[in-house]
Amino acid sequence: MIRKPLRPLALVLEARAAGKNPGDIERENIKDRHEQARDASRSRAESRLLVLILAFISLFALVAVRMGALSVSEPMEPQSSYSGPSIVAQRGNIVDRQGRILAINLDTHSLYATPQDMVEPELAAQALAQIFPDLDQQDLLRWFTGSRKFLWVKKKLSPEQKQAVHDLGEPGLKFGPRELRLYPNGSLAAHVLGGASFGREDVAAAEVVGVAGVEKTFDDFLRDPSYAGQELQLTVDLSIQSAVEQVLRGGMMLMNAKGAAGILMDANTGEIISVVSLPDFDPNDRPAPPTKGNPADSPLFNRAIQGVYELGSTFKIFAAAQALEMGLVTPDTMIDIRGPLKWGKFRITDFHNYGNELSVHDIIKKSSNIGSARLALQIGADKQQEFLKSLGFFEPTSVEMVEASGGRPKYPKDWKDISTITISYGHGLSATPMHLAAAYASLLNGGYKITPTLLKRDFYERGPRVVSPQTSRQAREMLRSVVKEGTATFGNVPGYAVAGKTGTADKPIETGGGYYEDRVISTFASAFPAHDPKYVLVVTMDEPELSTGIEPKRTAGWTAVPVAAEIITRVAPLLGLRPEIEPSAQLGVTQTSN
Amino acid sequence: MKILVYVAIFLMVIAQGFWAYTENYETQKSLASTKRLQIDIANARSQLGVLNAEWAYLNRPDRLRDLVDMNFDRLLLLPLRPEQFGHVAEVPRNGLLADDFIERLTVSVLEVEE
Repeated sequence: MIRKPLRPLALVLEARAAGKNPGDIERENIKDRHEQARDASRSRAESRLLVLILAFISLFALVAVRMGALSVSEPMEPQSSYSGPSIVAQRGNIVDRQGRILAINLDTHSLYATPQDMVEPELAAQALAQIFPDLDQQDLLRWFTGSRKFLWVKKKLSPEQKQAVHDLGEPGLKFGPRELRLYPNGSLAAHVLGGASFGREDVAAAEVVGVAGVEKTFDDFLRDPSYAGQELQLTVDLSIQSAVEQVLRGGMMLMNAKGAAGILMDANTGEIISVVSLPDFDPNDRPAPPTKGNPADSPLFNRAIQGVYELGSTFKIFAAAQALEMGLVTPDTMIDIRGPLKWGKFRITDFHNYGNELSVHDIIKKSSNIGSARLALQIGADKQQEFLKSLGFFEPTSVEMVEASGGRPKYPKDWKDISTITISYGHGLSATPMHLAAAYASLLNGGYKITPTLLKRDFYERGPRVVSPQTSRQAREMLRSVVKEGTATFGNVPGYAVAGKTGTADKPIETGGGYYEDRVISTFASAFPAHDPKYVLVVTMDEPELSTGIEPKRTAGWTAVPVAAEIITRVAPLLGLRPEIEPSAQLGVTQTSN
Repeated sequence: MKILVYVAIFLMVIAQGFWAYTENYETQKSLASTKRLQIDIANARSQLGVLNAEWAYLNRPDRLRDLVDMNFDRLLLLPLRPEQFGHVAEVPRNGLLADDFIERLTVSVLEVEE
């Protein structure tokens, strides 16, 4: 670099000749030099700043990218086995209301064969047939020596069987890990749980999917890995379910019934404490659906939730309650019950002749068809439909089971006066026992609509009002008198003030055209304790026949009622209800007229 | 002075390189131990599952009922009945079982037995 001198001689001489101060030239040059230095340092600083900015941007970008990557990546789960990462995460357990296990997973193994790796197919076939008696040696040998490269021998092995196969030392027999759905309580609550089977399957793992009951309804929840470790808690109580099932099974055998159903429900929340349908099955070994015969006779059929029956006189309380609610009658109003009641070509008669007139109270107590028909005619078809609809008799129940949608009630499309009459005593409208339990709970708990549920929650929303508290109380008093001195005296359990109504309905002939003479559905719908209902119990028996007397007895009072009474005796203490002296029904509420 | 700074920076780079090296191996070690722990957890869960299943299976109501029946002469156990609800006043005081209390219990058992 050529430095410019501060005092160039030529310019100094020139300035001296012109009489100017040559020092000015020097100052001028110093100033120029300073300006150049400043410019240079500024541009250097600018480039440094640029580098710094770039460095910071790239650093922050790095942090941002890393944060983004972390936030979108899945958290790692502890896996049950490292062999099959494609289908992992255990299916959630199902527990009862007290946390006792109803369904759980077990790790087990499946057995498959790759015949091309086999050393001694004959020996293997022989040994396998010994270990698994249900396998045929000839079949195995044919498969092992055939052209197949791969075949499943057994889907699930017990540890003993696995060891036995392992001890054979055959390289062509291999094990794949499997998750087994186990129902430790066997057939207990079988219909509620349903069952599970394998979905997508391969050698390393298999998917367990629910096929019925809550297993199917809550399949997504149970399978979702993000809920891993969470249990599905049901409202069912294991020990109470067991007691109800035991008593019902005994009762069914004693009464020669071909099926029975029992529902125990909390009258205020709709929690289903126990729901039993007999005959039942073992969900660990769920039978195949029936291919012939009546599907309703299969053990898979849930009579409590799918079975749609005419529930007979249990419906009478609805007519009476509605008449009371509408102010048409009081419990003491006398109704003309002279029979037979002729309506078109139909004749309505009573089981016995109860005289010329009965009070509304006694119509329920003695179960008079003509009396409830007269009440229903006073109410009218439209209002009757409206009321039954508000109790839920026109829709399938909302119980959380896939089978619930199958329990769609049957009611006449064309609701004539004769329908109004017959439905008032439970003929012409078919519903499931679960419908009846929910309706009794709604009617008797003080008048709030109940939605039956199997899912345990901390809080249950109260439904809309269906009847006034006073109507509810009067209905309870009428039903209490049915058990105290009416058609259900066998249902009296000292200390628990049972209130209920019997119903015996002839079974319709499946092929159509009338009713069987000697086949009935007998039902007892009850609530206890009557003065403050906590639980509702519905017992239904299919074709019961008690042949102890001269004539076979089929009415509910002889069949369903004693079974229900035994269930209450067994179950009420388990529910923590202590027997108590019933408060006097009419105490403080004396109806007078003058 | 400048040389001192250069030496210091050089040493720092060496130290950081060493730190990054050890840190890398520490990380790999913890990753391996995490994986081991996860396998342990999975095994423990699986064992817990088996134990829970076994517990539930052994406590299934059917089996307990059969056991109670088999051991009735020793245990005298019966299903809970409404009559068995007592009153506070009936509880014997001072930790002593009143004779009539035992008698009442035995009698109620015998009555049901008949």
